[in-house]
Amino acid sequence: MSSTSVPAAALPAQKSGPSDRARAETRLGQKLVAPAIVLMLVVTAFPMLRAIYLSTFDYALTAPDDRNFVGLGNYLTALTDPLFWQTTGVTVLYMVVTVAVELVIGFIFAMVMHRVIFARGVIRTSILVPYGIITVVSGFAWQFAFSFQNGFINGWLPFVGDEFNWFGDTTPAVIAIMVSEIWKTTPFMSLLLLAGLAQVSEDMIEAAKVDGATWTQRLTKVILPNMRAAIMVAVLFRALDAYRIFDNIFVMTAGAQRTESISFLTYRQTIEQFQLGLGSALSVLLFLSVLLVAFLIVKLFRVDLAQARQES
Amino acid sequence: MLASTALAACSDSGKPRLNWYVNPDGVPVFEKYAKECSTGDYDLEVQLLPSGATDQRTQLARRLAAEDSSTDLMNLDPVFVAEFANAGWLQEVEGPIADSVQQSVEGEGDYLSGAAETVTWDDKVFAIPLWANTQVLWYRKSLAEAAGLDMTKPVTWDQVIEAAAAEGGTVGVQANKYEAYVVWINALVQGAGGDIVSDTEAGRDAKVDLDSDAGRKAAAIIQKLADSPAAQPDLSVSNEGTSLGQMFPAEGPGEFMVNWTFVYKNYEPGDGKPTTPEQFKDLGWTRYPQTVAGEESKPPVGGIDIGVGAYSEHPDWAMEAAECITSKQAQVDLALDAGLMPSTNSAYDEVAASGNYPKDLIELFRTSVDEGGPRPKSAFYAMISGAIQARWHSPTSVDPDSTPEKSGKYLQDVLEGKSLL
Repeated sequence: MSSTSVPAAALPAQKSGPSDRARAETRLGQKLVAPAIVLMLVVTAFPMLRAIYLSTFDYALTAPDDRNFVGLGNYLTALTDPLFWQTTGVTVLYMVVTVAVELVIGFIFAMVMHRVIFARGVIRTSILVPYGIITVVSGFAWQFAFSFQNGFINGWLPFVGDEFNWFGDTTPAVIAIMVSEIWKTTPFMSLLLLAGLAQVSEDMIEAAKVDGATWTQRLTKVILPNMRAAIMVAVLFRALDAYRIFDNIFVMTAGAQRTESISFLTYRQTIEQFQLGLGSALSVLLFLSVLLVAFLIVKLFRVDLAQARQES
Repeated sequence: MLASTALAACSDSGKPRLNWYVNPDGVPVFEKYAKECSTGDYDLEVQLLPSGATDQRTQLARRLAAEDSSTDLMNLDPVFVAEFANAGWLQEVEGPIADSVQQSVEGEGDYLSGAAETVTWDDKVFAIPLWANTQVLWYRKSLAEAAGLDMTKPVTWDQVIEAAAAEGGTVGVQANKYEAYVVWINALVQGAGGDIVSDTEAGRDAKVDLDSDAGRKAAAIIQKLADSPAAQPDLSVSNEGTSLGQMFPAEGPGEFMVNWTFVYKNYEPGDGKPTTPEQFKDLGWTRYPQTVAGEESKPPVGGIDIGVGAYSEHPDWAMEAAECITSKQAQVDLALDAGLMPSTNSAYDEVAASGNYPKDLIELFRTSVDEGGPRPKSAFYAMISGAIQARWHSPTSVDPDSTPEKSGKYLQDVLEGKSLL
């Protein structure tokens, strides 16, 4: 944006409110954007309203004649079912562990990408490669890697036997899924953190150095506090993404061994079981819980989003 | 837009095109019959479905629920027929074929009664049996001999597990968390004279019978295998393919394995096959093991039925094509080329006469289908299957003292919409 100053005398006389031309432009803008808004409403609001409507019925697709209105009954069934809370617990576990690990590794990658002097392009590209791979493909790759029949993980780890079945029990299966998820999305985290790192003023770091601050002090007192908004955006994006985890579970365990997430439960209820009523209730609950997660993260970081976008 | 839609419904020759959705077994034979069954009025075109039964069902159901007019014919796993028929997604089959199916259910028609049973719903016929699959016990003769097991007489699961464990061999089953695990559980329960559910026509009010002596006996066998050294290391994720390699391993005495009919052609030596003629001579087969000694086993019944989509634009032609692709010759070709066994007695006779299979094996397949145990026929089959998988998986967690009782109660709750699945 230009910041050239204009002499006050050259400015036209100030009117109260926008000019006719500005109003006409606004109207034109509204007309131009209207089709997009209508389209957005059709593709987002309609399915949501339809899901809310369907969630009030006991309705299976294969028994269309047995459709009964049950009001909030499906929500009650879901919220009082131990399976719902178990899958929610597993989902939160996926989210917390993967985001925490990705934050640390992603930050290290971001530092490397920021500071690297030689072979910059190659290093940055290699760090970002996993993110370019489709999740289903990476899920299969890691499933093969963890397989005791043709995988290499068991051979690499001294503390597990060659015939250890990673997908035979909940804990190892969850770990395998998390590893795949972390491998796939850490680059995304590091990309967002790199953007934050680039915004930290070198002058401030230099000043801290002159004042005798150690590397750890510069990191914790200068770099991280100045990246708070970027960290929040990275954590928020990844946490919401991780909360909706589906592909890796679908490929690696198909939900077996209690590894399924809330998204997977919703999918199974709706698509596999054709239980449109219960499935819709679950999807509404999933939507509400995603909102809750977003709200909690924003509150936790106490960041003003407008400020993070550098708006006044 | 209209022009492109019209074009999409026509083949290259300009005739209307009928889409035939097939599962990926025996595709070359399907393609051959798609050509042969095309007429001057229409062209039949093969469209491939995913390999997993659940995925096939999902894809077909999504199309049919959206009233897709381009789903003309489809290959259906037997357990989908009741679901799809109840949802109104299938055309009713009428005329001589329907009569033959109805008679065959009583054991008087050309269809094997186990196969005929799979296509009826609400006293009507909704599909035509194409091939009828079943499971038998495949084993290494040397392993059975070393264990002192007389395979000329019916064997029990207990005997098979003990024999394999004593000789350092294994027992191959399908116990991943998927449909084939329910196939195994259903066969075990029925083999003990019980049922998972009965009165299935009552829909959600079906009677759940799992908490019974039969259920407990089935659970005891799964527990016994899971705790035995004869269990394969990948038991909890095993499928139809994983145990094939254990029959003739580089080391060890091999296995006993319950699996479908395709196994014979799979091991038959030939180009690119790893099995040697000596090994192949060591391959044995016998009827599915008994759950309870002295009580006839109930081998699983599978296969493929051909259904005609309710929203097809050309229902009469589609029905005509369905009759053509389920003809005796098509069934014989499927058996000889792809190892997929026929659903009619007349086709079986021809396959037996061809000399491509040992006579005793063909007879074993035929009696296994005829005396086999179908899975529950219900509009809510997916729920029944899912609820069983949820409580019986993993096999290592199965306990005869608690699993049948808990899973019975859970299944009841799921059917009544009181529990998530």
